Amino acid sequence: MKTMKEKSMHIVFLITACTSILAVALICLFLFANGIPGMMKIGVADFLLGQTWKPGNNIYGILPMIIGSIYVTAGAIAIGVPIGVLTAIFMARFCPDKLHRIMKPAVDLLAGIPSIVYGFFGLVVLVPFMLNTFGGSGKTVLTASIILGIMILPTIISVSEAALKAVPESYYEGALALGATHERSVFAACVPAAKSGILAAIILGIGRAIGETMAVIMVAGNQAKIPDGLLSGVRTMTANIVLEMGYAADLHREALISTGVVLFVFILIINLAFSIIKRRVY
Amino acid sequence: MEYINKHTLSQKIRGYRNKPFSFVLFLIVGLAAVTTMLILLSLVGYILVKGIPNLNTGLFAWEYNSENVSMMPAIINTLTITVMALLLAIPLGIGSAIYLVEYAKRGNKLVSIVRITAETLSGIPSIVYGLFGFLLFVIYMGWGFSLLAGSFTLAIMILPLVMRTTEEALMSVPDTYREGSFGLGAGKLRTVFRIVLPSAVPGILAGVILGIGRIMGETAALIYTAGTVTGVPQDVLGSGRTLSVHMYALLSEGLYTEQAHTTAVILLVIVVGINALSSACAKRLAKG
Repeated sequence: MKTMKEKSMHIVFLITACTSILAVALICLFLFANGIPGMMKIGVADFLLGQTWKPGNNIYGILPMIIGSIYVTAGAIAIGVPIGVLTAIFMARFCPDKLHRIMKPAVDLLAGIPSIVYGFFGLVVLVPFMLNTFGGSGKTVLTASIILGIMILPTIISVSEAALKAVPESYYEGALALGATHERSVFAACVPAAKSGILAAIILGIGRAIGETMAVIMVAGNQAKIPDGLLSGVRTMTANIVLEMGYAADLHREALISTGVVLFVFILIINLAFSIIKRRVY
Repeated sequence: MEYINKHTLSQKIRGYRNKPFSFVLFLIVGLAAVTTMLILLSLVGYILVKGIPNLNTGLFAWEYNSENVSMMPAIINTLTITVMALLLAIPLGIGSAIYLVEYAKRGNKLVSIVRITAETLSGIPSIVYGLFGFLLFVIYMGWGFSLLAGSFTLAIMILPLVMRTTEEALMSVPDTYREGSFGLGAGKLRTVFRIVLPSAVPGILAGVILGIGRIMGETAALIYTAGTVTGVPQDVLGSGRTLSVHMYALLSEGLYTEQAHTTAVILLVIVVGINALSSACAKRLAKG
């Protein structure tokens, strides 16, 4: 009787452990099964490389959105990585304990703020600012990059800080003993030793930025054409899905699901890169 | 020891005068940290300053109509979805963590597969969850836009979070506890439920609270699963918007910026509260 109970609970736990496998399998199955046929109907090359997105005329080319996603992600990385990594270095190596007790929760709070609130902040503060400074609509690649750069800060800070703290203290002490200043020891001994961890943080940040939806929709302008500079509007893949899914039907809807598939493939590649680098660290 | 190695300010300045490069590095690092803090302060400050004056009791009226854009129905929907998603995600998350930590043998293939899939799940953006939930729950299962579909989608989304934090909490329980329990003749099951789980509760709770935070702030995964209807539905198969979706709808309609301000305040207050609660739990775990 008792062993029956033990055995059955063992199996129950085993089954719950399989939920995440099941979830990933279902997500892949449903996305690919619903997205691939649409892509085939449009033509894979026409879909991925087509420069025009006109659902009204049955033209579905998502190249503008792919490029848009890449642009704003690159912008977010250009803004978020330097600030994030340097803040992490400060928190790991420069920060007195008392200050750290304030900064750590502050970074956690930054991570917890919902993306729609970031989007709102961008819409009511950053967009008017851009409009007054550069003219135009204020909803540009640059605006979206700044908001995304802020949003990936907490990810980059906490992962890089953990990587920096994992560097053995002897590296730092060795550099110091050779006569290097505190700053030089940190930048020449600790940071290079933590570089895989910092790289992992950056890749995680890329994943966050490319998948972000609600904040980008508010500040990017959402024109479905390839942006021709930092100050023109842009639509990302994520925005494309949310904006049009509500009223799309038939092939249009399939094209949107296919957009989701393309995004999903991007994310899977980024995840793969992340786990390869993480394995190298530990 | 500490005191011997301590530099006075004047010593530091003299040192920097000889090594200007180090001083520049110090300035850059300090500047980055100040920037991060300033961003957070201006964000929180702006939302509070602009939003609080607009708070009034009308915003919490029970009924939503176009004259009075009440957020009460959205709050009720948010709570419903949170509770349902947690009811699904907590048992599954804790169960799989127990399997991974307590039952699986070393080098078990399944464990690495579960870890990889959980990692994949936590990297998937919310809009992809939204699409998936739309395809599976709304269309394939035929639930339509409903709180139920939204809850299932969010449950999958927070599953890896609950699982990972529970795993960490279970692993931090010392093995002596388990050995003591086995030594007294308790079986595996009794050890897990009576000894290991209770000691891991604060850590698990910290993870669950973080999960609540993610549910409250989620928008993209809910628009096409739970829908954007303004009222409180009759049952869980009805559509309803959560607070974040409510805020998105207000902003995209463009008519109710003041109400959007106040919704932002409420969301922000919830997030701050949740963060504080979660870290308090984590601290209890650390103390033991």
